[in-house]
Formats: sequence, C-alpha cells, structure tokens
Amino acid sequence: MQRFINNPDDVVDDSVRGFVKAHKDLVRLSEKNRRVVVSTAAPVKGKVGVITGGGSGHEPAFVGYTGRNMLDAVAIGELFSSPTAKSFHDAIKEADGGAGVICLYGNYAGDNMNVKMAVKLAAKDGIEVATVVANDDVCSAGPEERDRRRGVAGEIFMWKIGGAKAASGASLEEVRAVSQKAIDNCRSIGVGLGPCTLPAVGHPNFTIEPGTMEVGIGHHGEPGIRVEPLKTAAEVARDMCKIVLDDHNLAEGTEVAVLVSGLGATPLNELYILNDTMEEEITARGLTIHRTFIGNYFTSLEMVGATLTVVALDEELKSLLDADASCPAML
Amino acid sequence: MNMQSFSNSASGAIVTRMAERIVENRAYLSEIDGKIGDGDHGVNMAKGFGMAAERLKDGNAGLGEAMNTLGDVLMSEIGGSMGPLYGMMFTEFSEVIEDKEQIDPATFSAMLHKGLAGIQEVGSAKVGDKTLLDTFVPALEAFDAANADGKSFGEALDAFSAAAEKGRDSTIDMVAKIGRASRLGERSRGVLDAGATSCAIILTTLAEGAKENLAEPA
Repeated sequence: MQRFINNPDDVVDDSVRGFVKAHKDLVRLSEKNRRVVVSTAAPVKGKVGVITGGGSGHEPAFVGYTGRNMLDAVAIGELFSSPTAKSFHDAIKEADGGAGVICLYGNYAGDNMNVKMAVKLAAKDGIEVATVVANDDVCSAGPEERDRRRGVAGEIFMWKIGGAKAASGASLEEVRAVSQKAIDNCRSIGVGLGPCTLPAVGHPNFTIEPGTMEVGIGHHGEPGIRVEPLKTAAEVARDMCKIVLDDHNLAEGTEVAVLVSGLGATPLNELYILNDTMEEEITARGLTIHRTFIGNYFTSLEMVGATLTVVALDEELKSLLDADASCPAML
Repeated sequence: MNMQSFSNSASGAIVTRMAERIVENRAYLSEIDGKIGDGDHGVNMAKGFGMAAERLKDGNAGLGEAMNTLGDVLMSEIGGSMGPLYGMMFTEFSEVIEDKEQIDPATFSAMLHKGLAGIQEVGSAKVGDKTLLDTFVPALEAFDAANADGKSFGEALDAFSAAAEKGRDSTIDMVAKIGRASRLGERSRGVLDAGATSCAIILTTLAEGAKENLAEPA
C-alpha cells in the first residue's frame, strides 16, 4: 500500500504538528511535552479538568476530542501504544484548574499502568485525580468479565458527557459518577474486513483472508469471536446489532444514541448502507434513536471495517450529550 | 556467602551492551510479538534502549547511574506496557546499587528483588501468565538458590542466566493471561512471549557483564 509518510519513526510527531496547525482555534501543543495536546480554553479555574490519552493511529481519536466543554488535554502515545506516564502526568497538569482532574481512558494493559503511575505523580503535586476506565467492547470478554473488556468508540460518549458535566461546574465526584454511568450504558462491536500495518513494522500484523470477516475485532486488530464468510451489509448490520443489543438488554422505550464509525479505510458511503439496516434493527427492538453519528470517529490506521456503539440515555445523559461543545472531531 | 564482587563505577558499559543487544534484536522481537501481539515490541524497545545508549555515550556513568538513565528514558519516552515495567525495574535496580562501590551477591540479589517489586507494583501479572516475569522470577530464584548452596558469584550468575533462558522458553507452551495477547486465549499457545524474550536478553547480558568484571576482594 502507498502511504503519505516522511519517516516511519516520525509519524506521530508529524501528524500531531499538522493537527495542531489545522485546529489552532481549539487546541495547542503543550509547552511541557510534545506528546500532549491542550484545549485553548484550558485550564479553567475552578473547573474539573478532563483528560484522556491513548495510542496514535486512531485519529481523530484521541486528540480530536480536545476542545471547549470537551477534553481539556490529551496524552499521545506511539502508534497503537500507550502514552508514557509522564505524558499522562503532563496532561493532568495542563488540565488542572484547581478542582481536580478526571482521566477517562480505555481498558488496555499499558494505559492502566501508565495512568496509575501518572496519578501517583500528580498526587505528589497535590492534584486529586479520579479515573474511569472504558470497557464497552462486547466481544473482548464475556458479560461476567466486563472489567476485562476493552474500551473502544464508547469512549467518545464518555468524553462528551464527562466534558459537559465538568463544564457545568460539577464536582470531581459528580463528573466521575456521570462518566461512569455513560460508559456503563455503552456497548460496542467492531467488524474487520481488512488488516492494517504499522509503518515501522512494514507488514500487516494480522490477516483477514479475502472473502472473510472478523466479527468482534478490536481497535488494534485483536481477534474477535468468529471469522466467517463476508455477508451482505444488511446481514452484517443485523449481526452487529444483535450482538450489541443482546448484551445491552435494554427495556423497550429506552432512548439511545448510535455511533457508527469507520475503522479507517471504509468509505462513509458503506457506513450509511450499514446504518440503513441498523436503524431498522434498533427501532424494531422498541428503542428510540435520539441521535445518530456516522463517520470516522475512532479509526485503526487503514483497517477496513466498522464499529457500532449504542449508548442508552436517561434525561441527564441526553442533556449532557446535547450540550454545546466544540472539538476538531465533532465540529 | 562468598566474597566476590564487581565494581559499580566500572560497569556502566553493561547497560550500553544491553542496548546494543536489544537494538540488534529489533526485528526479531517485533516478529515474535507480531505472532500474538501488535508487532511493535522490537521497535519500541530499540527506540528506548537506543535513546538511553545515546545519553550514555560519553561512558562516564557507573552501572547504577546508567540503569537510572535507562529507567528514566523508558518511563518518560516509551510508554506502552514495556516503558513502565522495564522503567520501574531499572529505576529500582539503580536505587539499590547506586551508592555501592562494589556489588556483591547479596547486593545483586537485593537489586533483583527490588526490581521485581517495582514490576509488580505497576503490573498485575503472575508467574505463568506468559510475560517477562516468567523469565525474571526463575532467574532470581536460581540466583538465590545458588548463593544459598555456597556457589561462587560467577556460578550463581551462570545459574541466573540459564534459568532466564529456560524461563523464556517456558512461555512457548503458556496461554497468555494478561495484556493484548490474552485476548487470543488458546491461540496464544505455541509461541514465545516477546517480553519474556527481551527480558532474557537483558538479564543474560547483565550476568555476562557482571561476570567479566568479577574480582576477588583486594
């Protein structure tokens, strides 16, 4: 595959610089750390700081959700690799407005370790840090082991809702509680049709045979629950809805928001084809769709495939989801 | 306890040699990681160890100081899982030996135990989970057992290296219980763990360098 790259080792720094140049109105690069992006609005005195961090290669996640009433700072890792504890720590310091900082991140071994160390370092600075770990990826572990599930695109709803709550002047504990509720109310699934390649490695690190698909694939190509022959879009959409909604087990009449994200190399055109059936499947279960987001919200380099996230909303979550905010990924 | 020891201040080059070995094995470590992980272990390790070697190239640092530099680089520049795990390991190693002029078997053992505690403080793996601990823990135990048996420092270091390599190889038949590879379940059996493999490179290079520098008390 042909790519736009200068040097494989510089992919992350080159991309972050271009991102910051494009979105100067909303973000800036930290002066402390070239792997931390900060909202131009941050820190806000007296407001709970909201941060995340994660590996690169998922653009617009994670950096693209930095902005006004969204994430105050984001720590950036190498491609598909957790940011350092130092970067998480610097993001915490950049976001600190004196009311504590919440770190809303995904359940991966590296992120868990680096966040844990960063929280300790921040404690030495006298900054109180709370954490919420996203675990919305249904196929990454069974329902009895939800704490082992990975965090995927549901994190976007967690950031939006947590960011809005913090902007409303809520306390650290209130922001933590509503962010936890947001992610608890999310379920996601990915389906992969083609693999991706880390530029410095040079070849795909997993294979998806032509004519097949990986149901339940993770954001770094982690294997799913089954490999099966590629089906029509309608059949795939029905399977994705079934897996997500069976696990979710929502009462009829529940309001939901739906997010369908491409994994990097799937055209928007196909995401709309999937949504055509997904909308029918979701409403057929008696659920009401409050809003639908379709786009490349959380990608995996040039992986071919899509993810579906369904978040159940109550009045509080709905108003926070709809609250005013702006960030490069959701203009 | 035997009285052999090696000099801290004259042994900083062991860390440079470790970095060379890691950089030489960049492609190999990525290849084995690619079988059950995302294939960047060699890339990230070589980046971190290479950066540390660059900072140490004037050659003035002793072993403790060099380990501290390496630990700092891994924790502040590398990230992922290996940055904090090896970063803690080397930082803790360094804390035990930094103000010792001579490193004897008791100090070496204390260093290993402190490093293990550091790894366990950040990570949650146990022996048998198919991680670097499957190399580290048997190596440490073999070193302590050799000392308890009255073996020389050199013999204990040989036992340490042999156990590290055996521990590394034991991961082939393990099912990963933690980290990205654990999502594969049974599919993770049959290949080496990349972290256990890099850990064996680190520990055997450490033992080799220590052994070369051993001296009887004057």
